[in-house]
Amino acid sequence: MRARLHRVWSWIRALSGDDAYERYLAHHARCHGRDSPLSRREFCAREQERRWSGVSRCC
Amino acid sequence: MLKKLLGVVLALVGAFAVGGIALHRNEPINALWIITAAVCIYLLGYRIYAAWIASRVLGVDPTRATPAERLNNGRDFVPTHRAIVFGHHFAAIAGPGPLVGPTLASQFGYLPGTLWILVGAVFGGCVQDMVVLLLSTRRNGRSLGQMARDEFGPVGGMAALVGTLLIMVILCAVLSLVVVNVMKHSPWATSTVVATIPAAVLVGLYLRLWRPGRVLEGTILGAALILFALVGGGWIDHQPWLRGWFDYSGLALAGFVIVYGFLAAILPVWLLLAPRDYLSTFLKLGTVILLGVAVVIAHPMIKMPAVTQFVDGTGPLFGGKVFPFVFITIACGAISGFHALIASGTTPKLITNEGDVRLVGYGSMALESFVAIMALIAATLLDPGVFFAINSGAGIVGATPEAAVQTITSWGFPVTVEQMQHLAHAMGETTLFARTGGAPSLAVGMASIFGSTFGEGLLALWYHFAIMFEAVFLLATLDAGTRVGRFMVQDLLGRAWEPLGRTSWYPSVMLASGIIVGAWGYFLYVGVIDPNGGVNILWPLFGISNQMLAAIALSVATGILVKSGRARYVWVTLAPLAWLAIVTTTAAWQKIVSPDVHVGLFAAADDLAAKLAAGSLSPERAKVAPQLIFNQRLDAYLAMLFTAILWFVILDMARISLRRLRGQSVPESSEAPYVATRLKAAGAPS
Repeated sequence: MRARLHRVWSWIRALSGDDAYERYLAHHARCHGRDSPLSRREFCAREQERRWSGVSRCC
Repeated sequence: MLKKLLGVVLALVGAFAVGGIALHRNEPINALWIITAAVCIYLLGYRIYAAWIASRVLGVDPTRATPAERLNNGRDFVPTHRAIVFGHHFAAIAGPGPLVGPTLASQFGYLPGTLWILVGAVFGGCVQDMVVLLLSTRRNGRSLGQMARDEFGPVGGMAALVGTLLIMVILCAVLSLVVVNVMKHSPWATSTVVATIPAAVLVGLYLRLWRPGRVLEGTILGAALILFALVGGGWIDHQPWLRGWFDYSGLALAGFVIVYGFLAAILPVWLLLAPRDYLSTFLKLGTVILLGVAVVIAHPMIKMPAVTQFVDGTGPLFGGKVFPFVFITIACGAISGFHALIASGTTPKLITNEGDVRLVGYGSMALESFVAIMALIAATLLDPGVFFAINSGAGIVGATPEAAVQTITSWGFPVTVEQMQHLAHAMGETTLFARTGGAPSLAVGMASIFGSTFGEGLLALWYHFAIMFEAVFLLATLDAGTRVGRFMVQDLLGRAWEPLGRTSWYPSVMLASGIIVGAWGYFLYVGVIDPNGGVNILWPLFGISNQMLAAIALSVATGILVKSGRARYVWVTLAPLAWLAIVTTTAAWQKIVSPDVHVGLFAAADDLAAKLAAGSLSPERAKVAPQLIFNQRLDAYLAMLFTAILWFVILDMARISLRRLRGQSVPESSEAPYVATRLKAAGAPS
């Protein structure tokens, strides 16, 4: 039951983009282990700027 | 075996439901017939047609690495589970279009709209979205405009850019007009909608300063704030001293919306645009699910006739015969060119495996089309008399309630002043007459569905919930559209003088934002002063422009299919393209040359000019007549321009395709070379 709830929660986080920073950290550790990753604040600021610079919404 | 059996069952149930709809002629029909037919048709389309297109026409290759895998950067290129990509893509393509279009098209009866939403989606819209998504995935997520430039040459690319910019202007104009009509003299609606702005700013600050990136926390905070604003709006509405602060005419509201749009375009995204988008997405998904559940539980009777007399072109919501205007009006619920902009760009960078494009591209559009079906149900379950009383402009049915009910009853749709007063009172409004734009009647329909499912006592609250939902939805698209329009204007200006292209140089930001807001603000202003409501002119123009963009997307797809040696399957995109070209051109042609003043823009302008010269207009109509005359002529020229761009792109595609078929040289394919995938399957979130 607990594991199932945890799974549902993970899906909700992934759908809403709540886990973006964790995914970035995981990717960073895998691919660029040496350099230090962006801070949470810095990453989220850049991501927001990028995501809302193009066509993001329709009619 | 089991799958085949399921397919047969689906086909039988679907055929039974469609047969049921076709045979129910002179008696009311239950909405459940329409829902059943729709679900079966989407599933059949998805399981058979989409699967065939994916494997045969597109050559979807599950062994081929996608850009998300090859270019994975942990940010925009990220292999993502297909269910998550589906959610993101659906949230991005779902807009207010499928809510407004089907409502307006209900003036023809429920049947024409339903048929086109289903057929258009399964053979047109879903196909377009899926094909563009795969083509862009094969090209590292390049945009539609870039693909047009790469595959056809710079001229086709330029036409796509100008076409998109024009659509953006018309889209923002019509959406802002709908918002203004929603808030006009409604303190409850206005105060709720206004309160969503500080709510969004607060969420923006929360996510920027206090808890960066905690999207869920921010969304929950924002949702609580706007629900509080919704209830608070009802309280304000009952305080005589406060009411006046939120009671505005259309013109004043138009001014607010224009200032708001300008601010949204120049302010940093984190302050207003992004948080507002979180709230809008949350509301959108929540309301769509709620509406789906409520429609199935309530399964209301459809009171609108299958086909009304207005198929002959004399409809009060907008002029024009059922062909071509039902196709133009439904727009996004069946096929939307706008989706091609999302399907090329953001979404392809998340696709883990090419096999996912069927669910993400075809599936999302099928769901979007189902939203259109629900909107159509919400509009047609109203008494037709009520529906027409809400949606007909004062210039058409008469300015007083008595005149309006008399006109509408004379059409064979009985309605009384008392009935309308009672309804307005139940919805917590002073009047529901001439609330054009489709949103208020949709809200009344939604409130009746929610009311009969979850309790009748809260009708006024449900009505204003629906109004707020629509307004937040409309404003979120308005914000995003204005900002994208600003970038496009800067891109174009930057070609003339480089510094104007810098997106962070403030003089250029102000100039470009001013140009784009001024452009849609002008159409909004004219729409507000138009006694016929303005939507009757702007929505068809928007439909024409959106279908034009869809035709551009299908042209790009068709040209690429021919270039990649798949000419024998080209009808998959060529057939919807041909249909759209016929529909759009016919509609534009009628808007330009029709002598009927309800359809032809020049005819309407000349008629008004003649009346003005003869002095037969009332003083207040005479005052705005010169602006209306100018605007109708301008709209006619715009319709010409859209048609010209459309045919220009089609002919450019035909030229390249013919060269390829004759063995002459064509621009090289921009497809990224094959790399074998090393991913086993898309990881579910852990």
